[in-house]
Amino acid sequence: MTRHVVIVGAGPAGLAAAASALRAGARVTLLDTAERPGGQYHRMLPDAYRAERNGRLHHGWARFDRLRRHVLGHPRCAWWPESAVWSLERSDPGDPAPPLVHVLRGPADGAGRDRLVLRPDALVLAPGAHDRVLPFPGWDLPGVYTAGAAQALAKGERVVVGDRVVIGGAGPFLLPVAASLIEAGSAVLAVLEANPARTVARGWGRRPWELAPQAGKAGELAEYAALLARHRVPYRTGRAVVEARGDGRVEEVVTARLRADWSVLPGTERVVAVDAACVSHGFSPQLELPAAAGCALRDTASGPFTEVDGDQLTSVPGVYAAGEITGIAGAPAARAEGLLAGWLAAGGAPAAPELRPLRRARDRARAFAGRLAAAHPIGAGWPGWLRADTVVCRCEETDFGTLCRAADDRAGGAARAVKLGTRAGLGPCQARICGPTVAELLRRRAAGAPGRPAEGLAPATPHHRPIAQPIRLGELARPPRDPHEKENTP
Amino acid sequence: MGATRVVVLGAGIIGAACARELALAGLAVTVVERGAPAAATTAHGEGNVLVSDKGPGPELDLALLSRRLWPGVLDAVAAHLPEAAAAVEWEPKGGIVVATTAGGARELERFAAAQREAGVTAEPLDAAALAAAEPHLTRDFALAVHYPGDAQVQPAGTATALLADALRAGAVLRAGCEVLGADTAGGRITAVRTSTGTIGADAVVNAAGPWSGETARRLGAPVDVRPRRGEVLVTAPMPPTVFHKVYDADYVGAVGSGAGDLQASAVVESTRAGTILLGSSRRRVGFDERIRPGVLSVIAGKALRLFPSLAGATVMRAYGGFRPYVPDHLPVIGPDPRLDGLWHATGHEGAGIGLSAGTARLLADLMLGRDPAMDPAPFRADRPAVLSEGESR
Repeated sequence: MTRHVVIVGAGPAGLAAAASALRAGARVTLLDTAERPGGQYHRMLPDAYRAERNGRLHHGWARFDRLRRHVLGHPRCAWWPESAVWSLERSDPGDPAPPLVHVLRGPADGAGRDRLVLRPDALVLAPGAHDRVLPFPGWDLPGVYTAGAAQALAKGERVVVGDRVVIGGAGPFLLPVAASLIEAGSAVLAVLEANPARTVARGWGRRPWELAPQAGKAGELAEYAALLARHRVPYRTGRAVVEARGDGRVEEVVTARLRADWSVLPGTERVVAVDAACVSHGFSPQLELPAAAGCALRDTASGPFTEVDGDQLTSVPGVYAAGEITGIAGAPAARAEGLLAGWLAAGGAPAAPELRPLRRARDRARAFAGRLAAAHPIGAGWPGWLRADTVVCRCEETDFGTLCRAADDRAGGAARAVKLGTRAGLGPCQARICGPTVAELLRRRAAGAPGRPAEGLAPATPHHRPIAQPIRLGELARPPRDPHEKENTP
Repeated sequence: MGATRVVVLGAGIIGAACARELALAGLAVTVVERGAPAAATTAHGEGNVLVSDKGPGPELDLALLSRRLWPGVLDAVAAHLPEAAAAVEWEPKGGIVVATTAGGARELERFAAAQREAGVTAEPLDAAALAAAEPHLTRDFALAVHYPGDAQVQPAGTATALLADALRAGAVLRAGCEVLGADTAGGRITAVRTSTGTIGADAVVNAAGPWSGETARRLGAPVDVRPRRGEVLVTAPMPPTVFHKVYDADYVGAVGSGAGDLQASAVVESTRAGTILLGSSRRRVGFDERIRPGVLSVIAGKALRLFPSLAGATVMRAYGGFRPYVPDHLPVIGPDPRLDGLWHATGHEGAGIGLSAGTARLLADLMLGRDPAMDPAPFRADRPAVLSEGESR
């Protein structure tokens, strides 16, 4: 019988997984919350704006376009755009079936989305990552954007976030963001990498033989660097945006030189007049679905990621993971992982000779991810940027001082009680933005011993979101429809 | 000879309340908590302080005692720890119970009459009064009864405040510390062995909630307290829509039922943060912590029967927890008949937040040989429902 593989996320990893699973003979359902495939990387212009320029801002566009057409047009592929997985329902202990996939289909802001449930033979999770942004005084002012949001506006909607923009944070992603803004017509005043040149050079320069296979990536970065140079945009290392100020909207930012641990070097502050600022301190993997599926996570210096084996299989039978949720390594790595995951999820032979180069590419990409993390770490000194009244949780407007007082309370300083007491992370974004920040701040202040495991009480984690996407009460009250019911019941 | 040494096992609401009463009475209290304070059952409920859902009997008496005690307890905490007391978010908002069928109305009418006999204020509301009290509630109802005595708290904040007051009074907290066993001499407990060392004790209070059965077993005196699962939905913050604790009359039946399969009834209320909490479910599934979409769907459907206009409200979160369940639905408060020095304060099922004030007072009365605030006999540990082997999970 044909295996049914459900793939969550149609970015580079998910699309590759779909192509590979189709090739192995499976029936595929590919879902994404967006209207179009491509994810954050191949963000497509809405139809109204689509122009021949589309290809120009995208790397590997032609290849992506071929892949997209092949997958979406395949007779065994069901493409579900605007489809949100709101719950993964784990099987009973001992049952090797992957979780049931509960989906809401239709425009998120429209009335009456369809509620569906899928019973896959295998599940590939490729939901990707979103910007990680550290708080600083004024980061909640209008006009301060995550770099990803600024790029999405520039690439997807042709909207410029401002005329005079400073871009700051950490990681190579700052460069394509700068390029997108320049292309869209903004004056980028500076691109600030918080890590000192020493750290960046050490990360990129170590074991140079690992870099050769990523030449494409390096070439891409060189292109961006050339673009910056042409537009006389300075790229500075060891400097960061540590404050944004303005009356109701950002009017100026304070930048400062940082030590290697990201503490501010006093006396190096500079005030720059801007009408927008873009910040990105790397990426947070979207871990609520792997967490809901019961997948083990692995802790790294840059935070937790989904644990996978050499076959991209998670700790849960039938559940595979590909792309940024296994480690931030960029689109080429995501593609290699997706191809492997899709093939194996479809029941393709693990010893198939064409997997060998894929595994090699994947391993090189992982090494590259390690190098990236080493070159652009988050310094431990960033909480020094915060003041007592700096908002940490934007949804609930919980400030740093309140959080510290709650964390220092002997009677209630644990994560759950602090969360309920300060409401940090309980707002509409459900800790997607502030979760890692709050967890890190609490970890540093926690005086007591960590709790011992208890039956029925999962450890507090910012990724625990049993409702993975908001659902209206009316939608929830309706029973789900199984689109394959007839086929599944003999 | 120093003060009597009491080790309280569990820093949920019951342990915190007991530790506070005993520390204020001058005992040398150590609170042992395996995880973190107020992080398990206490953090996963709705913060019910209810008299409305209890029929005449010992549990209602304990609820009424607790309801009388709460304002004084919170004033006393506020005298020293005003911030902690504010975090309790005490809301004496009252409850409204709604029957939507003729049969349900007859049941509710009988139930409320019996409660009035027992001293509960329970006022029927006509359509106009109900519409004024809850403008968004369905007009399609058979009977509505208002219980001004019902209140709500933020449960983790409440437990934290009680524990903070206990610490202020000299209690010591050992978190991340797991009970492994007991040292005994001549049928009397002399110490608790834990993952971080042995703690000498003249008395030990088992307040481990749904884990009380296992804790008591480790101490050598098992009691039949089992987990009963519950789930709650949380909406995104909304403009004020629900003004009381509103629930359908089925809730009383579900609370009193011992069935293992899903019992669900609508319990709808708003919080200070603007979110609306939607409960509730009761299932006996051991410690299976999976959140089931089917259960959430049933809760949503029942809530919409009461508040049809919430159909467009966005649910952004769901959480689940385990209630400490005893087959005869009564808490266990008192000395263990088999092991001298061991006391139990557990088994409150879904009512522990509200009942903690009375439970702590009664336990302290018994331990200190004071005149008890109410008759403790119905809660004694040597009743068959508590000491039976119980069904295997």
